[in-house]
Amino acid sequence: MPEGMTGLVHKYLRHDKKFPHIWCPGCGNGIVLGSLIRAIDRLGLDKDKVALVSGIGCSGRMTTYADFSTLHTPHGRALTYATGLKLSREELTVIVIMGDGDATAIGGNHYIHAARRNVDMTAIIVNNQVYGMTGGQYSPTTPYGSMTTTSPYGMVEHAFDISALAVAADASFVARGTVYHAALLDQLIESAIRKKGFSSVEVLSNCHTQFGRRNKMSSPVKMLEWFKENAVRMHATAKMKPEELEGKFIIGVLADSERPSYNEEYEKVRELARGRSTAPKPPARCEG
Amino acid sequence: MSRRSKEGKILLLQGNEALAEGALAAGCRFFAGYPITPASEIAEHMALKLPALGGSFIQMEDEIASMGAVIGASLAGVKAMTATSGPGFSLMQENIGYACMVETPCVIVNVMRGGPSTGLPTYVSQGDVMQARWGTHGDHPVIVLAVSSVRDCFEIAVFAFNLSEKYRVPVVILSDEVVAHTRETFVIPPQDQIEVFDRVKPAVPPEWYLPYEDTGTGVPPMAAFGDGYRHHVTGLTHDERGFPTQRPDEIDALMRRFFRKITQGFHEIQRVETFMMEDAEIAVIAYGSVARSSHRAVIEAREHGVKAGLLQLVTLFPFPRRHVEKALQQCKAVLVPEMNIGQISREVKRVHLNSSRVETLNRVDGRLITPREISDCLIKMYY
Repeated sequence: MPEGMTGLVHKYLRHDKKFPHIWCPGCGNGIVLGSLIRAIDRLGLDKDKVALVSGIGCSGRMTTYADFSTLHTPHGRALTYATGLKLSREELTVIVIMGDGDATAIGGNHYIHAARRNVDMTAIIVNNQVYGMTGGQYSPTTPYGSMTTTSPYGMVEHAFDISALAVAADASFVARGTVYHAALLDQLIESAIRKKGFSSVEVLSNCHTQFGRRNKMSSPVKMLEWFKENAVRMHATAKMKPEELEGKFIIGVLADSERPSYNEEYEKVRELARGRSTAPKPPARCEG
Repeated sequence: MSRRSKEGKILLLQGNEALAEGALAAGCRFFAGYPITPASEIAEHMALKLPALGGSFIQMEDEIASMGAVIGASLAGVKAMTATSGPGFSLMQENIGYACMVETPCVIVNVMRGGPSTGLPTYVSQGDVMQARWGTHGDHPVIVLAVSSVRDCFEIAVFAFNLSEKYRVPVVILSDEVVAHTRETFVIPPQDQIEVFDRVKPAVPPEWYLPYEDTGTGVPPMAAFGDGYRHHVTGLTHDERGFPTQRPDEIDALMRRFFRKITQGFHEIQRVETFMMEDAEIAVIAYGSVARSSHRAVIEAREHGVKAGLLQLVTLFPFPRRHVEKALQQCKAVLVPEMNIGQISREVKRVHLNSSRVETLNRVDGRLITPREISDCLIKMYY
């Protein structure tokens, strides 16, 4: 068993069950999983009480490798399953891993409503700006002008800002990191899990195989350099002009607020319902 | 208004409310849904009743999300249900397939209305029978039950949960607009008189647990998330441990076990009701609200000297072949009235051995088939 940091990660992997993994050499998914595990370890969470839920795509395979109660759901639906889990088993720490396609294309509706509803769970969105597993088609977060297999003449749509979406939907905690800034990512994920209510961590990750290769960044190193050179810390943005922020990634905590989680609100409903000796009259309704 | 009798609580309920009451009696403690006519009263009733029982009700952003939340709740060890009508049922199919694949117990109610598409929100139909059977992709068994009265709604809801828990499959209850909104008095039996089956949990320590083990019954014990088993659940074709597999032998074993576990349970899954079938020479095979019209029609036909009987299908799928074959052998002709152009009648024709005539009576105008229409047909067929 390896020592130190690697040893720690191995403690949380199903290394005797389902390895080798399917990710390409140099894939950012491994860094995200490492960060997640370090955050969970630092929080001292009981493995038996962590539920890891994922969607479809390369990031979705994270659940196969991590030694928690794991749930690999249909494409885009991870948050809905997680909602059912958390409402029925309050003591579980529910963490949802999604790709950019999961969270903003097929599951975009679930993402904004999960943020609004504020169920106590953490969403980690691995944003590699492309559909990697299916062969490199463009996603809602592919930068304008980028080459993908379905935009062979350049991407003509404009990209979603995932975190801005979460802020607009009033998520309790919103953060963005990159796989280059791994130490920051550890902290962001830890804070997100600690947060009562819905928290969202967007992680810019590299898919050099499907995205970088077609956009002059064919090695993982080149992609990580892209993240390094274009990332701006949240606190530094105050002094910057909008034109200076063009094409940059703002990283750090983007929103952090306090409001009761859905679970807390619903517990009040239970108490109210129990307190009533007779059932309230159902609201008047119009048939049809 | 309610009062109590020795047998239980007497209520004037509509089908939708009775269905919700049945689910609660069966131990349902989670409901996720999205408003839709003519099914909304089920959600409303659950929203009212679940919190005091310590359960959860949630109105999701659509029917896809509702079905996802139901499966999530069931994986956490809680009995869960959703209710919808045709358009919502279409949206749920993706996740129903997931429930089939990972063998998650849950109950889905489809209160049928006219379709296709938005169709007739406030009018009755039986157009979703084949969708209930084959709506999701892939080769898989599913249990589909039909209700015809307020009493049925309560009892079949309990039956559906029990089958779902016992066989680890999603169970679809097909109701329809007429059954859903008909009000009848009904005595809710005391809880101790209701037989409730809970899923079997693993008795082995976590390191020995195989979540998809091929047991004698074909139904593996089911651990809940948080119980310490830390197993993997995936919609990918998986091995006994729950991990993705591409090995032909493991794929074949899983697919065949899905079917075997249901086939082994035919004796208790396939439920029918008969009325005046003992000496019948002509039979009506019906389900849902049409079964009630048929009941009346059989009485009317008997008054005209027609030796008619009714075979009411409670279980539509797995198709109760034995029972239908018996009726086909006994009678010179059968009539299958349906509020579609012929969905169950095709199943009847599929199993019959040309020993008798199979006639159909179809209505697709959003109106219930009347007893008179059925009895007229029976008289014409008999003489």
